[in-house]
Amino acid sequence: MSTPESTLPPAKDKSFIHFDDVCKQYGDLTVLDDLCIDIDAGEKVTLIGPSGSGKTTILRLLMTLETLSGGYIWVDGKPLWHQQKGDRLVPADQKHLREMRKQIGMVFQHFNLFPNMTVLQNLIEAPIRSLGRPKEQAIARARELLDSVGLAEKESAHPNQLSGGQQQRVAIARALAMDPKILLLDEVTSALDPELIAGVLGVLRELAETTDITMLIVTHEMHFARDVSDRVMMFDKGKIVEQGPPSQIFDDPEHNRTKNFLSAVLSAG
Amino acid sequence: MKWDMDFALEILPDILEAFLRYTLVITSLATLLAAVLGMVFAVIRYVRIPVLTQVTTGFVQFTRATPIPIQLFFVYYLLPDYGLTIGAVTTGVLVLGVHYACYFAEVYRGGIESIPPGQWEACTALSLPQQAVWRRVVLPQAVRKILPSLGNYVISMFKEVPFLVFISVPEMVTVARGIGGSNFRYVEPLTICGIIYLLSSYPASVAMRKLETRLEHA
Repeated sequence: MSTPESTLPPAKDKSFIHFDDVCKQYGDLTVLDDLCIDIDAGEKVTLIGPSGSGKTTILRLLMTLETLSGGYIWVDGKPLWHQQKGDRLVPADQKHLREMRKQIGMVFQHFNLFPNMTVLQNLIEAPIRSLGRPKEQAIARARELLDSVGLAEKESAHPNQLSGGQQQRVAIARALAMDPKILLLDEVTSALDPELIAGVLGVLRELAETTDITMLIVTHEMHFARDVSDRVMMFDKGKIVEQGPPSQIFDDPEHNRTKNFLSAVLSAG
Repeated sequence: MKWDMDFALEILPDILEAFLRYTLVITSLATLLAAVLGMVFAVIRYVRIPVLTQVTTGFVQFTRATPIPIQLFFVYYLLPDYGLTIGAVTTGVLVLGVHYACYFAEVYRGGIESIPPGQWEACTALSLPQQAVWRRVVLPQAVRKILPSLGNYVISMFKEVPFLVFISVPEMVTVARGIGGSNFRYVEPLTICGIIYLLSSYPASVAMRKLETRLEHA
């Protein structure tokens, strides 16, 4: 599906990440429906809601892993999926997408580390080849990051020699090695054994507290969401049901849909 | 017919020389060509470049559907009529290499398709340039999975080198037939060829299996 062409929407002050009437369809199935979201730089936002509600699609659209069916996404004042041509916005070419992606990092549910490389190679590959960093500098930064996720001694291991939790911490370090302004976390603990979850969440808590990276988090870990988020968005059927600070959403939700979802998730957890 | 040991020992050096100088060298060069060209075919078919992809697909189907001896005849005896003369050994390497490149391409394609979508997504998320995606992530992983099939094709190509008798390349079986013809004794030269083939194919398949296990654990 190609990105629709259209005239430039009226200029306005856009927040750091701005979704403008974003639609996503797969065939007849509408996943996101005229969605508008504004996220400030440095904000930590958690997306919650039942599966199929479109949370992951939002992250995948931002990472350009899915194509947009309609609307606009703006990142740091620039359209993600479009390029300005005169006063019109036309679908972006690969070069534009590649440039835009460099500010965005993503951590996946199933880690997706490169199994043919060591841990250290996983971390330096993209900084060297995509950002053109000198090798020594990339290695130094990679070691620093591995140390910060508690895996300094694993740099020559291959991913299959690590536990799921360790692999996920490597994947977080790998995303950070690109120095992204935005970090997308897609159910990063869902594939982990319960005893390994705490280590990964610990790393992310630290990250949320000590950096000004803008974070979008899709998770079912409600305690974690409450601790790290500035804002929680409750999704259902491709729309935002309600949003607000964690205390409001978790302690005093307005909508029945949110109440039911939270009681279901919390009783299951 | 009785086995004549003295005759066998007398002709052994010539047959061995033909094996080392031609059969082995041609197999190695054709393998190299098939490995590289097959990769090019596979990538062209995978990334879907208009026209080029269709032409490549057609060429691959055509080559796989026609026998090697006929391809040899065409290149060696008919191309000179169109002003293109290629030496016999070069023709052998080219035809075997291109023929097997078409099989290699299919194997590579299977290998590429076996790469989980998550690996491609990780490459996108890290903004890896297209060339690095292929060279550093996709192909190294694909090669591990397809090594057994490639090995089998190389061994089968090795055993098809005697087809080059049709264009008079002095490889092992051609030399053996020549010796047989001039001495009216075929048993010894052809038996020696069979034994040499057996002694080299078997260790090759064992080595292949070893390499496979090593790569699996790497």
